[in-house]
Amino acid sequence: MNEDGTGDGRAVPGSQWYDADAGPLVRPYAMTGGRTKPGPSNVRFDLIALVVVEDDPPGPAEESLLGPEHRALLTLCRAETQSVAELAADADLPVGVVRVLLGDLLEAGFVKVSRPVPPAQLPDERILREVIDGLRAL
Amino acid sequence: MAYERSENTGAGGGVDATALALKILVAGGFGVGKTTLVGAVSEIRPLRTEERLSRAGEAVDDTGGVAQKTTTTVAMDFGRITIRSGLSLYLFGTPGQDRFWFLWDELSQGALGAVVLADTRRLEDCFPAVDYFEHRKIPFVVAVNCFAGARNYGAHEVSRALDLDRGTPVVLCDARDRDSGKEVLIRLVEYAGRMHTARLLDSVG
Repeated sequence: MNEDGTGDGRAVPGSQWYDADAGPLVRPYAMTGGRTKPGPSNVRFDLIALVVVEDDPPGPAEESLLGPEHRALLTLCRAETQSVAELAADADLPVGVVRVLLGDLLEAGFVKVSRPVPPAQLPDERILREVIDGLRAL
Repeated sequence: MAYERSENTGAGGGVDATALALKILVAGGFGVGKTTLVGAVSEIRPLRTEERLSRAGEAVDDTGGVAQKTTTTVAMDFGRITIRSGLSLYLFGTPGQDRFWFLWDELSQGALGAVVLADTRRLEDCFPAVDYFEHRKIPFVVAVNCFAGARNYGAHEVSRALDLDRGTPVVLCDARDRDSGKEVLIRLVEYAGRMHTARLLDSVG
């Protein structure tokens, strides 16, 4: 719960508190500064595009200028290479928001993102064999 | 290989230089067991996507009184199966309602294949999914979730009732059972491999 629990800004005495069912108190567009698409590079991150931290990321000074959601994503990326979908689930943010924020991190040189897999392109037989064996062994 | 090779081997903790992610969709009508299947074979997590409402959705969602509601939150299930370090399989339960078709296009981009879950008591519920994947030439298997109390049909009968293309596998399964779910996925990956090989041969004449 945020301090700003009245949601609509009117501090009516005794007004009820809203729980998560009432929807997010911070609207998605607030986290992205009103943007609905990633920045100038205009990349559309696939849900299973993998995000890894850059080898030589900007220093702590620059990192401290990032917003809390940016930093949350960065922390998740550092823990493990993850897909865009997993980052969205773990950060509890809508995918659309995560895409915009990742675009910022990409442009600022904090992360790298694997390109979306081109359609109709299947991995070679060796990989598929590995997947089948891996599934059997689960 | 069409995947970008990341040179990163550092901070992520032993990131494989050729990390691969494969995507499998789980489709089918409402309440057929998509979430159950994804949960049986993988650690499942809910995924929220805030999407632009399609025109079809506007007609269904009563947006009266909510001025210019143009996005809607769609919840999907997804799970990850780690085959080995650097090779993961991602399963996405596609939202069942027709008005979320626009999401399917993104989900099916680059998908290895799809599982269409079917319930023989309302087989027609999976027609749209079968059509969708046949049209886009995305390899799929039909997995008949054998609910207790439903009459048992053979794979062949289901195949005929759905008018499937020759060769499309039909598997009887129990979506709650891990081994059964694994078998469905194995059949799909095998089939996707066969389809791919056949297309390669076609393309060289």
